[in-house]
Amino acid sequence: MVSSTSAALQSPVATPAGADIRIEQVSHQFDGPAGPLPVVDGVSLNIRPGEFVALLGPSGCGKSTLLRLVAGLEPPSAGQILHDGVPVTRPDPSRIVVFQDPTLFPWRTVRDNVALGPQARGTLAALQPRVEAALKLVGLQDFAKAFPHQLSGGMAQRVALARAIVNDPSLLVLDEPLGKLDSLTRLTMQTELLALWQRQGFSALLVTHDVEEAFFLAQRVIVLSDRPSRIVAELVNEAPYPRHRGDPRLAELRHQALAHLGLDASW
Amino acid sequence: MNSTVHSPPAAAGLPLRREAPAPSAWWATGLAAAVAWAALGALTLGWPNKQVGFSDWNYTAEFGWVSLGLAAALAVLSLGGRLAAPVVQRLRGFGPWLTVLGVGFLAWEVFTAKLGWLPTPFFAPPQSLADVYVSDWRRLSDSAANSLILLGVGIGSGAAVGFVVGVLMGWSRRAHYWIHPVLRVLGPIPTTALLPISFYFFPSSWSTAVFLIAMGTGFPVAILTWSGVATVNRQFYDVARTLGASNAFLVFRVAIPAAMPQVFVGLFMGLGHAFATLVVAEMLGVKSGLGWYLTWAQGWASYPNMYGALLVMALLFSGVITLLFTVRDRVLSWQKGVVQW
Repeated sequence: MVSSTSAALQSPVATPAGADIRIEQVSHQFDGPAGPLPVVDGVSLNIRPGEFVALLGPSGCGKSTLLRLVAGLEPPSAGQILHDGVPVTRPDPSRIVVFQDPTLFPWRTVRDNVALGPQARGTLAALQPRVEAALKLVGLQDFAKAFPHQLSGGMAQRVALARAIVNDPSLLVLDEPLGKLDSLTRLTMQTELLALWQRQGFSALLVTHDVEEAFFLAQRVIVLSDRPSRIVAELVNEAPYPRHRGDPRLAELRHQALAHLGLDASW
Repeated sequence: MNSTVHSPPAAAGLPLRREAPAPSAWWATGLAAAVAWAALGALTLGWPNKQVGFSDWNYTAEFGWVSLGLAAALAVLSLGGRLAAPVVQRLRGFGPWLTVLGVGFLAWEVFTAKLGWLPTPFFAPPQSLADVYVSDWRRLSDSAANSLILLGVGIGSGAAVGFVVGVLMGWSRRAHYWIHPVLRVLGPIPTTALLPISFYFFPSSWSTAVFLIAMGTGFPVAILTWSGVATVNRQFYDVARTLGASNAFLVFRVAIPAAMPQVFVGLFMGLGHAFATLVVAEMLGVKSGLGWYLTWAQGWASYPNMYGALLVMALLFSGVITLLFTVRDRVLSWQKGVVQW
């Protein structure tokens, strides 16, 4: 699906290498009715430029909260997050989030959804070719005028990806972006996601509770504990791309990860 | 390409459901309608009106001949075979209605003009409506125009203010704090209840009516716009913010478009209030319009004129609602499965 040639997206400015993200002793809590509810507890993590890191943990463990902090949608209660050495204080188009729900704007056509970022920053006129190129990159150029309700789940999530990469982010924050897709579409989209990452060279931070997906995609998998999330283990995955799902190295890593989550009995 | 790609949306439209594949040469329902209207015409012409103590109903003969003419046209179309096919194709869906209307008019004519079973000054036969429209069309159209202008000014200003207030309430905590209690207390008062007082506060009864129609429209528009803006999916804001959106962008390009379906529900509700307020205001103070025409006709005990005005009113208000739904369908064309009017 990801086409190999697309001049407009090979930005004239030497594509900034992926972001260097430093998460330093970050903790976060919500103010609930029953007092503060800690969700993230002292997490420290570096993402090297161009690296693909996955956060793996049980449902509701605070992974998504960590992503929101990295994206700058909320300030952490304690600790700090540095993006290329600069503290993250608010959202920025260099760090784009792709949510589990594609969150396409239903009143906008596919093209207008992809053009959202450039339009919001007033650079649409200059970036129009990039919009078209991004649509082509995810294979939806024929659907530019369709409305989101006419798309399948996989197509909608591709639009969300196009809407992200059109901004040439240096960090792509992926919050279970394939979580709601059927399993076949999911496999296809994993490959497409990898192709995008390899092409564009951004850093990627993926949250998932799918162990197989984590090790198929990421170079490093961080296993998180139950809420409040803490880093339980860090598993480096050196299997070269393109990877094979049946690779015994991946199977071994999956087993290790599940052991950390206390779920290794069936593996 | 992979398995999830659908055919392009242009080609995705479902084939329209067809009537019977090969329409028969003649149109049976049309013939039934022709019979009904012919009966109406023959009866109207052949059966003398019952004497009711004043000069006979005007236009009885004309009504009979028009009915016969309609019957003849329907008969020709029904039996016209291939030549009539294009017209019949368009009329086919209305066939049952045309028949029932013919029968209905027949019953109406019989029970009023012919038998006089329905007490006469209050129930007028169909031809009396024709009499009203022919003899009083100038005053009626003038009234309709005045009502329409009043309605337009009132609804326009009310919807605009209501929309702005609703967006403010949905977006700003402070605006919500101050406006919400006011709307909550004053909103439910029927605008017609304010009429007697407002006539004192405004320079003219016309401006009173505009104000009250605007209030009647503005209240539901404000409430629904507010709820629309306040319930926008938070993730829309998150997405827009990470993409670099300013606050103005969030309001005008995210909150307002997302709230539009609700705004139209508010407008639809507001129209109902506006119609009621308009008619009562015209009956009580404004010296023109269909409401005024109704009281004026009542003063003369001229019931046919009242029926005539009511019919005009029905068509006018229905037309306004149709207009709203047409606009809505254009604005919300991105939605699927919108409610039909």
